[in-house]
Order: sequence, then structure tokens, then C-alpha cells
Amino acid sequence: MSIAAEPQTRTVALIGNPNTGKSTVFGALSGVQQRVGNYPGVTVEKKTGRMTVDGKRWTLIDLPGTYSLAPRSLDEMVAVDVMLGRRPDTPKPDVILCIVDANNLERNLYLVSQVLELGRPTVVALTMTDLAEDRGTTLDLPKLRERLGVPVVPIRAHKRIGLDALKTALAETATQEQPASAPESPFPEPFQGEVARIEAWLADARPGLPPLPRYLVERLLLDTSGYLEGHVALKNGNVEGLHAEILAARQRLAEAGCPVPAVEAMARYGWAASMLDGVVTRPDEPRVTSGDRVDRVLTHRVWGTLIFVAVMALIFQAVFTWSIPLMDLIDAGVGGLATLVEGVMAEGALRSLIIDGMIAGVGGVIVFLPQIFILFFFLGILEDCGYLARAAYLMDRLMTRLGLSGKSFIPLLSSFACAIPGVMATRVIEDRRDRMTTILVAPLMSCSARLPVYTLLIAAFIPPVAVAGFVSLQAMTMVAMYAVGVITAAAVAWALKKTAFKGPTPPFVMELPAYKWPSPRVVLHRMFERGWSFVRRAGTIIFAVSIVMWALLYFPRLPESTEAAFAQQIAALEDQREAADDAEAVEAIDAQIATLEARADGEQKRLSLLGRAGRVIEPVVRPLGWDWRIGAAAIASFPAREVVVATLGVIFDVGSDVEGEEGASRLQVALREAEHRDGRPLFTIPVALSIMVFFALCAQCVSTLAVIRRETNSWGWPLFCFAYMTVLAYFGAMLVYQVGTWIAA
Amino acid sequence: MSRRLSELSLGESATVTQVDATGDVGMRALEMGVIPGTVVKLVAIAPLGDPLVFELRGYRLSLRRSEAAAIEVASLV
Repeated sequence: MSIAAEPQTRTVALIGNPNTGKSTVFGALSGVQQRVGNYPGVTVEKKTGRMTVDGKRWTLIDLPGTYSLAPRSLDEMVAVDVMLGRRPDTPKPDVILCIVDANNLERNLYLVSQVLELGRPTVVALTMTDLAEDRGTTLDLPKLRERLGVPVVPIRAHKRIGLDALKTALAETATQEQPASAPESPFPEPFQGEVARIEAWLADARPGLPPLPRYLVERLLLDTSGYLEGHVALKNGNVEGLHAEILAARQRLAEAGCPVPAVEAMARYGWAASMLDGVVTRPDEPRVTSGDRVDRVLTHRVWGTLIFVAVMALIFQAVFTWSIPLMDLIDAGVGGLATLVEGVMAEGALRSLIIDGMIAGVGGVIVFLPQIFILFFFLGILEDCGYLARAAYLMDRLMTRLGLSGKSFIPLLSSFACAIPGVMATRVIEDRRDRMTTILVAPLMSCSARLPVYTLLIAAFIPPVAVAGFVSLQAMTMVAMYAVGVITAAAVAWALKKTAFKGPTPPFVMELPAYKWPSPRVVLHRMFERGWSFVRRAGTIIFAVSIVMWALLYFPRLPESTEAAFAQQIAALEDQREAADDAEAVEAIDAQIATLEARADGEQKRLSLLGRAGRVIEPVVRPLGWDWRIGAAAIASFPAREVVVATLGVIFDVGSDVEGEEGASRLQVALREAEHRDGRPLFTIPVALSIMVFFALCAQCVSTLAVIRRETNSWGWPLFCFAYMTVLAYFGAMLVYQVGTWIAA
Repeated sequence: MSRRLSELSLGESATVTQVDATGDVGMRALEMGVIPGTVVKLVAIAPLGDPLVFELRGYRLSLRRSEAAAIEVASLV
């Protein structure tokens, strides 16, 4: 049988506690060759990568971080099923790689104990050994290897130390024969007896079917939620009487002093202690690490709160100010490209499509990439150094006031970047009511798609003055826009928890990971990954919408007679200019020509399909201080908010030669110069604020609604979400405009 | 003398004597290593008075007061 050819591809599944650096290990092993998808039928993300060991190709499967393999839902079942090779969509792993934090060995060994019981070839990778050394902890690795009976490889993934040894261990373990017998059970005798009894019962009840892995039989006994019983019954047909059998077994166990489910924790932690006895030596006096000292300050009542606020303020200030030079650069590049195209193409529909549709549309969105990168850079640092968990801890009390938990904080914080990952991140919230509430308010967080809207209007209309000497009024307006979303979300969450999702507050049992220096590799990788996903959205949805919107503005064309009349007038003026002899006269004629051209443009846009739609709804948006052009832009941005910038660009004709002053973009200038029909400036500060508030609160994002549909598995919730947010946005914008105008007057 | 974990004062350590495992909180606490015999120390209280941070088994675990109340402890002798 040893003649059989070796399989070409091997598979390794990565499992580990959260905060052990599992993603860093995954990234270090697979490099850039990663693929992210979904397991069909569940909401668990399927992340796979590739690596090569000794010329053999390996597939890496990254399983969700977990403290325990105790599936109580379809989602939690995925990891167990993947490792046992029970999922038809995933190859059975040749090796299971268990990532273990050297500083938390006891608690990490709880999961290791469960993994070993799966009876699959296993390798343990020990991370953060440098931190353990700082703490004065010494580990007897040979002894630990011997006791666990599997390879234990110390690694520092972010410095790429130990990766070769790990690959060797994986290759050696994969080629070994399966363990002859299942590993020794950590459970006490009476429990093992009951497991054997259930196994025998199942064998009788399911003749002809392969025996259930022992680990799952144990879980049948331990899972008091009844999920696994349902799972087994579902997969294997008639297992009547199983429930009675399990209840009787639990009763006997309780009498024998092994109460379910506490017996598992007692047994596994007892096993972990026996594994570690004599392996770990800690100094008599626990050494205070720099991380501990930092933590004392960061979780301090006063200092911790001040620092939290300061960190958030710093991020917003940075997103707003640091990005400006880069944005100017991109803006100039896009403008240059448009000029180039204008020079080589003849005037007509195609040139207009390319310049005003394609270049302006996509360019207007990628110009905001610097801000997105800066935001994700900071969030990446906070995430990787362990501060995000502190944020959840600091915010929990506040969130419980709304009936949520600190765990909703991270999904909501992620929603500041994009509601899509935010809504998906709600999967960590076990409680359904909490999760639904978080999903429904997540789109109220000001996502990166609102940034283009905010920055455009703020830079154009909020004066760049400093308040109290150092905080810019522009940055303050930005913070205010974020606050509008947060405060509204708080009110909506509170209302939802009082009505549709009434119930007890769910648990908050959360590890506060040790602080560590963020790994530049991880931070940059996440930054680019998320930035890229924004570009992809910009490149697909937004591009398509830009084209559609261009067409809605370009067609139908002005009647030939009108166009000819304008052309005639302009031609006449041009003749006059030829004849004019002094510079002043030429200048005056030029101004007349520009006005005429703008009027012709205005006529064209009023006639266009979008202009007509905008004018139809103009009475509806007038209380918001808007005219038909802003109304049309709002309609156009239904598929994705950021489109409003591109649409405003097309409507306000930034394709024409309006060179900005002091690096302000041409669109900003165009907006500042925009007027009502009677010549009043269209954009006043209250109008700009009204638009910003509208976009802060509205649900104009098809992708978010689609994700909500997928996560809630219903069309009702995304529809509800869109409806309530649009109503709030409309009345919020109206309030801001009316109050703002009243103050200004 | 039996007390609740939520009743510890800042900096005080105690031994867990019993965990109410009927609810979700108890299950999770058990998995995280809060089992009878574990020594637990209250190391921090959040600015708004809740949740609490405990140190056990060399790591830090955050629990709300209401959750810590489901865990019985005995003062260290």
C-alpha cells in the first residue's frame, strides 16, 4: 500500500483562540495567495491560502478563532465538520495546525484538548514566546511535546522566525500514519462509560451507517442546548429515543458527581494542568511587563477615557488633514487625463461619455482612497495591538444602556469604514436580538462612502479656521457628522430593543488580550485589503452607475433649433472678440461667452431625464434647501452614496475648464459658484449641512442592503432598514436646514 | 464564607467555589477557565463602574457585575 502515489495537494486547517496571532501565521505561511469566500448555507467566512513545502502544494484553511469547539449553531459546526472532513465542499485536512499563545497556555490547551480528541494528525504552533520571555516565563518544550504527543513548534510569525521548522513539522505529520488509537480521554471514568453507552446505542439505531466520531458523541452528551441532537437526527434519519437516552445519561452523571456541562471544563482544565505541570516555570513575583503598565493607564477610569477620546479625535483629524496632499495629487492626475482625452478626441457623445462619465465618475471616487487608507491604517493598528477589545470593555456600559453589549462596538466601529464588513462582523454576537439590532443600526455609522460627500462639502463650504487655536472647524464639522450617525444609531437601537427585540441583555464574557506591538505587515495588509475592496466597489457598481447617470444627464439632447440659436450667439461673440482691440474688451466678451455656454448647459440638463426627475421631486426636497440638481444627485446615488459626488460632478459640469484655486478641486469651485435660478448662491452652509446630514442618515447603498438581506435571510429587514433610514434622513436634513437658516437670519 | 465574584474589592483575590452553569454566561465562564478552584483577582473596573476585569490563569477576562454575581467565591485564607 506504500506504493500508492502521494497526493499532489495537502491540506492543513488552522484553528486557535482569538488573539493568538492566527491570522498572522496564516498570512506568513500563505503570503499574498489568499482567497476569501463563504461556506454555502452558513454565514461563516471561508478563507483559504496556498503554500509550497518541499515542492508540494498545500492548501491552508483558516477557521474562525474560537475558545472552544462546542458547536451550538450551524455556524459553529463548520469548524468541527471541516476538521473531521465532514464537509463535501472542503477537502479533509491532512493536518490540523493549532495556534497556541505561549502566555495563555492553560486556556489555550482547553481548545487543544478538544482538537486532539478529534483524532486527526495535529501540530501545535506556539506564538508570542517573546512576550512570555519578557514575563520571565520559561517553557520546557521537549517535555510538552512528549506529553501532548504532537510536534510543538515555537514561531514568531511577524518576524518569520520558525516558519521553516513549522512547515517541516506539518510535512512530517502529514505523511505519518493516522494515530492507531484515539488519544486518551481527559474525561473521568463515568463520563467515558456513558459515551461508550451512547456509541453502542447509536450503532444499534443506525445500522449500516458509519459510526459517529467519538468527539461528536461526547458533544451529544455535553450540548444542553440540544443543537447537536438536532444535527445528528437531521443527518442520520430516525434516531428516536436518543433524547431520552441522553437525558438518562446526564442524570446518572449528575449523581456520579460529573454534572453536565461543568464536567467538560473540569476535565479539560485538569488535563491542561497535568500537561503543564513542570513544563511552565514562572517567576515567584509576577514580572510587570510594559504592556501591563500601559494597560493600567489605558483602562484607568479617567486617563483611559481621555486617551480613548483623544485616539478617536486623532484618527478623524488625521483622516481629514493628512490625506489632502495625496488627494490633490490624484485630483491633478484625473484632471490631466481628462484634458489629454479632450485634446485627442473630437467633440461628441463618445468624448462626453469618456470624460464626463467614465473619467469623472471613477476619478471622483478613487480620489478619496488616501482617506480610506489612513482610516484603516489606524483601525488596523488598534486591532492588532489589542486596543479594540479595551474599546469594547470601555464602551460596554454605554452600550448596555441601549440594550446592546460592548461586543456590538467593534461591528459598529468597523461600520465606520464600511457597513458591509460591519454587518458581517456581527456574527460574533451570539444573541440574535442583539445581532439584529446591531445590523439594523450599523448602516447609520458614517462609512467611508460618506467621506467623499463630507469632505467635498466641508472643504468647499466650511471655512478653514481654527477653533480654540488648534482644532480646525472643518475637522469639527466632520466629527459632528459622525456624531449625528452615532446619536441616531443610539436612539434607534434603544427603540428597537424596547420593541421588536425586547429581551434580557446577553452575556459579555470577553478576553482582554495582552498588548503587543502591532505588526506593520498585518496592519498594511489589512489596510490594502480593505482599500482594495473599496476600489473594487468603486470600479464596478460606481463605474456602472456613473455611466448610467451620464446617460440620464446627456439624453435627450436639446432640440437642434435651440442648440443652433446658442451656437449662433456664441459665434457672433467670437467674431466680436476677433475684432476687439484692447484686453479689457476681450475679457468682457469672454465672460459673456462663458455665461452663454453655462446657460446652454443648464438648458440641456433641465431637459435631461435626470433633470426632469429632479424637477419632479423638487417640491419634495425644497424644504431641505435643495434644488432639482441636488435632488437629482440624491436620486442618482440610490445604488451607492459615494456616487453622489460623481453625479454632482456631472451635473455641475466639472468637465469644463474651471481651474481650482489653492488646490481645491474643480468640483468644489463649481459648487461654490452654483446659483439658484434667481442668482442666489445655491449652496449656503445650511444647505451643505442639510446634504451632509441626509447622507449621514440615509441607506443609499445597495451592497449594504444586499448584505443585510443575506445575514437576516429576509427581504423584510433590508426594506425596513431602507425605509426607516430614508425617513430619518429626510426629516434630519430638513431640521438642519430650517434651523440653520433661522440661525443665519 | 461564601461571596459573589462581583463583591470583590479592587485588587482582591478569591477562589471560585461554584459556577452556575445553567445559563449562557456560566457555560462561557467555564470554557474560559472560571471553574471551582481557580484563583481570580479583580484588577480593574471600567470608568462607568461596569464591566469588571479579572485576572486568572495568567490572562485578563472581562465580566459584567451581573455576570460575576453568578459565580460564588471564597476569600483566600
